Amino acid sequence: MKIVYFAWLREKTGCAEEEVSPPESVTDVRGLVEWLCSRGDGYAEAFADLGPVRVAVNLEYVKLDQAVGPDDEVAFFPPVTGG
Amino acid sequence: MIRVQREDFDTGAELARLSADNLGVGGVAAFVGLVRDMAGDETLTAMELEHYPGMTEKALADIEAEAKRRWPLEASLIIHRHGTLEPGDRIVLVATASAHRQAAFEACQFLVDWLKTKAPFWKREETAGGHRWVDARSADDTQAARWESGKAAG
Repeated sequence: MKIVYFAWLREKTGCAEEEVSPPESVTDVRGLVEWLCSRGDGYAEAFADLGPVRVAVNLEYVKLDQAVGPDDEVAFFPPVTGG
Repeated sequence: MIRVQREDFDTGAELARLSADNLGVGGVAAFVGLVRDMAGDETLTAMELEHYPGMTEKALADIEAEAKRRWPLEASLIIHRHGTLEPGDRIVLVATASAHRQAAFEACQFLVDWLKTKAPFWKREETAGGHRWVDARSADDTQAARWESGKAAG
């Protein structure tokens, strides 16, 4: 599974992009976030409040209950501010 | 047409190209977004625009397709820059061409409103005091939500 982070989520996790292999118990985005938080303080800080965290799976916006698997690209980022 | 690029664009040339060779176009509406020189109470020295390559193009194409579904457009164009910009620099060009002005005006505003809340870009303001990520504005959500249900502005 490929994970990408943008803006302050990239800065807090200290990671722009990574390949991960979460345990089989991780089946959706919410579970993935919980597992990521166990990997270090930066992750726990980045995901401390999920209110301002947006998620995309395979380039489409999704909610936290979206299923995820090994072949997916999951992106975490703050609300967008382009234009 | 969608373009995501570091380089600046020539607004006049882009608008001329949009209606070239199409005598059915009766009007072109355009919005150009610029970098302001203020970040809150501080003077902005630079703005960094980050985006999500791949999703950005897809999100913009989806938004453009939705505009074409709602309004009779002859042509449309979205150019959005990324990278380091300075006060006064152009950030974005949104332009729509239609037989009549109302469709062009409305579709142009729709495209700007939706890209501001859906396209994965993030602005980081640089000032003498450091840098900060720009917060999304709830007013932008309200503006975008006006277009959620209806065909035209309500």
